[in-house]
Amino acid sequence: MVEKINIGVLIENMAENIGSHCDTRGYKSPLMIGIQRGGVWIASRLHQKLKLVDSLGELNIAFYRDDFSKIGVHPEVKPSKLSTNLDDRHVILVDDVLHTGRTIRAAMNEIFDYGRPASISLVILIERSGRELPIHPDIIGKTITLKEGEHVKLSGPEPLALEIMKIG
Amino acid sequence: MTGNNIQLDKNGNLKHFLSIEGLSQPLLHTILNYAVSFSTVDKRPVKKVPLLRGKTIANLFFEPSTRTRTTFELAAKRLSADILNLNISTSATTKGEILSDTLRTLEAMHCDMFVVRHSNSGAAHYIASQVAPHISVINAGDGRHEHPTQAMLDMFTIKQHKKDFAKLSVAIVGDILHSRVARSEIHALNMLGANEVRIIAPHTLIPKDIEKLGVHIYDDMNRGLQDVDVVVMLRLQRERMRGALLPSENEYFKRFGLTNERLKNTKKDAIVMHPGPINRGVEIDSDVADGKHSVILQQVSHGIAIRMAIMAMVMGQINKNENMEKKK
Repeated sequence: MVEKINIGVLIENMAENIGSHCDTRGYKSPLMIGIQRGGVWIASRLHQKLKLVDSLGELNIAFYRDDFSKIGVHPEVKPSKLSTNLDDRHVILVDDVLHTGRTIRAAMNEIFDYGRPASISLVILIERSGRELPIHPDIIGKTITLKEGEHVKLSGPEPLALEIMKIG
Repeated sequence: MTGNNIQLDKNGNLKHFLSIEGLSQPLLHTILNYAVSFSTVDKRPVKKVPLLRGKTIANLFFEPSTRTRTTFELAAKRLSADILNLNISTSATTKGEILSDTLRTLEAMHCDMFVVRHSNSGAAHYIASQVAPHISVINAGDGRHEHPTQAMLDMFTIKQHKKDFAKLSVAIVGDILHSRVARSEIHALNMLGANEVRIIAPHTLIPKDIEKLGVHIYDDMNRGLQDVDVVVMLRLQRERMRGALLPSENEYFKRFGLTNERLKNTKKDAIVMHPGPINRGVEIDSDVADGKHSVILQQVSHGIAIRMAIMAMVMGQINKNENMEKKK
């Protein structure tokens, strides 16, 4: 392990930033959706702090991944839990780590099969380098620069811990 | 008949889905678990996921079928695949085309998967042994041999109602002799560790050597149904019967028809299943078919989820293997 990051502080700041992000844009009662698994862990804490009315949505993007032809059916496929109508809602999409951007693309494709949201804002705990698609987060917990061979690992849900690891 | 291993690739993953016999317990559980996720797709506003987008699936039905064919078709469509329905009994073969030519023709149309129903036992195995390596074959019923997707959707239905296979007594009632469903079902229940599988049927409709599969045989409904958790009724397959196997449908109903009165012998929370189409008043009373123990219509919905899971698994596996070959 290279470094341990204190998540509590990051989540505190993110909740505050989401609040002001929604206030400036006039987003009333936004709908929060976490991407399984790590995104849901982060989202459930943010959801609690922001006291959101609608229950937290959970998205499993296994059916929408672009690597089906490489790896087949993803072993962690589990049902998504979303309120059936997303029409005209302001969606706050939460994930743990933003890397290539492919997960977010898949998540947005799935969201549009549940309706046409008024907007989607992207909330990310850790932004790292390695983007392969034009995806940009609205709220970031922390941006980190990784050295070669390093990667970020979130473990949870209890206790929730974030570590920068060295591979090999 | 060819060996069962043809349905697995060299790493033991599912390549074709031909029979329950020869599949492991973990593989059956994987199918059942995937089906849970796929069963949520038709409850969404858009009843479709993009997994098999760009794939072409051919339904090759050498024998007529309505519900199996349409649920395979719906499953393929919900996975975003394109599907061709070929009713071969009324097309090429009547013009004298031989099977291998039909297969080559469909391969030339760049099909990726064949769903096969045929009146000959072993037909799907034979076709799987003949097709190009990038094509998957799924057995949608072959003669008296197996109907593995029906067995899996029945296992899925049982699992929705009963938690633990190890505690279950299951009675399969009726025309066992002509039933590929019964054969697949017995293999699946054995592999999933069901406590007891019973067969209730007149002796003329019981295949010889069936005891070798570990089942208990009854020729009396009331005794056979005693304390069972699940009753699987089978359709009387008049069209397959040669000679006098039964006195009359009326007589059959009197001895083996499922009525509410007979259902009192089972456990209170027993479920009643039937693969359809049902012959009301022949093997099952209307009051039972439409009654509170019946899960017959749930079986139809579950059939779509199970077929989606199996199609996605075999196609995903073939893709993955091809990709690995390319990398070498």
